[in-house]
Amino acid sequence: MNEALPAIGFQRQERVAFGFWVYLMTDLISFAALFAAFSVLRGSTFGGPDGADLFNLPFVFAETMLLLVSSFTCGLAVLAAEQNKQPRALIWLAVTFLLGGGFLALELNEFSRLVAEGNGPQRSAFLSAFFALVGTHGLHIAVGLLWMAVVALVIWRRGLSSKNFSNLLRLGLFWHFLDIVWIFIFTIVYLMGVL
Amino acid sequence: MWHFIFGNLTWAALPHEWFTIGGTAAMFLMAGAVVGWLTYARRWRWLWSEWLTSTDPKKIGVMYIIMASLMLFRGALDAAMIWLQQAMSVGASHGYLSADHFQQIFTAHGDIMVFFVTMGFLAGLLNIILPLQIGARDLAFPFLNSLGFWLYVAGAVFVNLFFVFGGEFAATGWLSLPPLSELAYSPGVGMDYWIWSLQISGLGSLIAGINFIVTILKMRAPGMTLMKMPMFVWSSLCSMVLVVSVFPILAVTIGLLWLDRFFGMHFFTSTGGGNPMMYVNLIWMWGHPEVYILVIPSFGIFSEVVSTFSQKKLFGYASQVAAAIGITLLAMLVWLHHFFTMGAGADVNAFFGIMTGVIAIPTGVQIFDWISTMYKGKIIFTQSLYWFLGFVATFTFGGVAGVLMSSPAADFQFHNSLFLVAHFHTMVIGGALFGIFSGLTYWFPKVTGFKLNERLGKTAFWFWLTGFFTAFVPLYILGFMGATRRLDHYTDPAWQPFFITAGIGLVIIAIGAAVQIAQLIVSIRQRRDNLDISGDPWNGRTLEWSTKSPPPFYNFAVIPEVKSRDAFWEMKQGGRPQPVYQDIELPKNTAMGIYVSAFVFLAGFGFVWHIIWLIVLGLGGAVTCVIIRALDEETEYTVTAAELASMENNHS
Ligand code: HEM
Ligand SMILES: [Cu+2]
Repeated sequence: MNEALPAIGFQRQERVAFGFWVYLMTDLISFAALFAAFSVLRGSTFGGPDGADLFNLPFVFAETMLLLVSSFTCGLAVLAAEQNKQPRALIWLAVTFLLGGGFLALELNEFSRLVAEGNGPQRSAFLSAFFALVGTHGLHIAVGLLWMAVVALVIWRRGLSSKNFSNLLRLGLFWHFLDIVWIFIFTIVYLMGVL
Repeated sequence: MWHFIFGNLTWAALPHEWFTIGGTAAMFLMAGAVVGWLTYARRWRWLWSEWLTSTDPKKIGVMYIIMASLMLFRGALDAAMIWLQQAMSVGASHGYLSADHFQQIFTAHGDIMVFFVTMGFLAGLLNIILPLQIGARDLAFPFLNSLGFWLYVAGAVFVNLFFVFGGEFAATGWLSLPPLSELAYSPGVGMDYWIWSLQISGLGSLIAGINFIVTILKMRAPGMTLMKMPMFVWSSLCSMVLVVSVFPILAVTIGLLWLDRFFGMHFFTSTGGGNPMMYVNLIWMWGHPEVYILVIPSFGIFSEVVSTFSQKKLFGYASQVAAAIGITLLAMLVWLHHFFTMGAGADVNAFFGIMTGVIAIPTGVQIFDWISTMYKGKIIFTQSLYWFLGFVATFTFGGVAGVLMSSPAADFQFHNSLFLVAHFHTMVIGGALFGIFSGLTYWFPKVTGFKLNERLGKTAFWFWLTGFFTAFVPLYILGFMGATRRLDHYTDPAWQPFFITAGIGLVIIAIGAAVQIAQLIVSIRQRRDNLDISGDPWNGRTLEWSTKSPPPFYNFAVIPEVKSRDAFWEMKQGGRPQPVYQDIELPKNTAMGIYVSAFVFLAGFGFVWHIIWLIVLGLGGAVTCVIIRALDEETEYTVTAAELASMENNHS
């Protein structure tokens, strides 16, 4: 950024922020389509197991807590960055990364257990929809973790410039967004599947 | 070992049939000619640095339009092959194409015309005109703009690549409905080429949609409130809102189809509990809005053209805006009219039937507004206005046919008949394409600095118009006679004369297209006689005419202040203030869009042929390139006030 033109830099960041919101809305629509597909196919178990047979609520609850706490720590990282406390921001980012990684590990564990039991995505339309919806969320988490690593690295090497800070803000948005989507997954897929 | 390196690709995939050999040879000849010329004329560096890596929306726009024109030629060849088969294949004769090959051709034809011709032309026009009309220097995200273009190119390569590798395209119709499109019934790679060409170019459209929305909402010149935006900007905004609302659905839908095919899942299969009708719902939730994405920008073009050549303010601006927004919202509520026959029940069908009929109201409002604008205007009958008049005739015709089908009871008769085919061609050719031609002729001098030949343009118009009706009125009649769509063979000899008449229409349209090519060549040769020195050849009303033709790379030396709806018209009455120059920042060129899209292309190729290492390489490469780009701190350069002043004074 050309520091001589702060007004232009500010306008540009406002554009990026707005564009990112529009992107998030498109992603929300993608998830809406996946939720719709899941709702249509949830009963199509084709003689196989349904949600009540498969889901382990305490396990999923642990996943959920990891993600919720990671959203909180992500917020703390942004707050610290806002107060220009770079080391503290980096530490909170690292914590967030570990929590997010833990979530992903648990999810992969659940997936591999299902597959090993013969209940992979090929088993029935219900399981296809389950794996696609939850897996897409997981893929987003993986992208978020990659992004987090890059942001942390850049802040560490280049400091908390306004560009890096706005990048961190967007990462935060993304992370909270995934949290909200997960709440819906938890409710619609797991809770309503078991109850 | 072979399978690890090459996946499912074998020697048998290389061209060995007449059409794959012909297609491959044609592509290699064209590529060879281009490479030869570039080398001979030593133009490689120029091409790379002036065009391919450019982030200037005017140049990206021109590249879009060139690509779309090439694809129009390709799609028209398909149309001719379809027609020839249908004109021949009656009774004992079975024409010259196998049923399977015929199906591949109409599938490719539909996809090419929608995704690569109409969408390409629109993206081109929006790129060139939008920033100029809102008084901006570039788009909000220049790199994403370049990336979107290159993804579009990668998608276009995919629809043609089967000539070289694989020998078959999807044979499933332009929307590839399952279970036909599932692995069980379409085991070949043609289906996978379809998936990846749409997935990749669709990603490009989505990126472009976000970019244009941010540009329109955040980068307008000071003073240009929403209700002072030119109608083309409004209609582009509506169209792009539809893009970002529905292209995610397309991505998910064909993504799920791909999961079915690649991993053996059961979303839309006829076994395992899959639900093919869900695909039909999802794809039309995208598909119906898509047809409005294609046509709404043309409405905006017509608003500009009609008001300029009537030399009058646009009649009923507010009602035009309301109509455009109304169409945008309604477009998302009518998808089910594409399958009334699904059996959703009388209530559901009635709801969607009524919503469909209601769309005709805002559309009618716009048509009346344009006609009222012409009323008592000092009309100049240019070729751009000719396209508008032709549009009024065809579009009304096709709209009435649409309203007819919006009644579910009637549609049980028309569904999937040639009547339907005639309807949508009337809308897409007579609506979207005529609008694009009107816009291309209208803004041509802005881009090149000289006008197009009027006489040849009007000749081309008359060929197109008569050719259009000769080609498609027989299809309406055939529909009434019971002919269904996509027939490679029929038994009733009474149909043949109509098919032949339709073919004559196609020939007339082709002559029209040839005249357009001649028009371009003649206009370039006579450019000195038709130079646009003032930058304002039509006595225009909106900001794009206030800068030079062609505009300097920075569009405006000083960002204009907008006081009224017809901003430039106002300025011409009032006189312009003395310019005060300031430093400006512009985006640097970047090749990253090309690299990312090349990696995405490799990944797509890996998906088509199940080459795992290539998928990993492609995705990894694309992500790495995006990260490198995101870390680049120097994506802009400064043009100083002094440089601006000297450039401005040198020109004028
Ligand atoms: C007055 C407004 C319109 C009405 C009432 C209308 C109505 C309809 C209906 C009811 C169908 C489905 C018929 C069937 O499958 O049996 C249909 C199909 C279609 N319409 Fe329209 N339409 C309108 C405007 C447009 C516009 C503006 C476009 C494009 C620019 C368009 C493009 C299409 C296409 C592409 C199809 C069918 C595609 C396919 O089946 O493969 N329509 N229309
Ligand atoms: Cu429709």
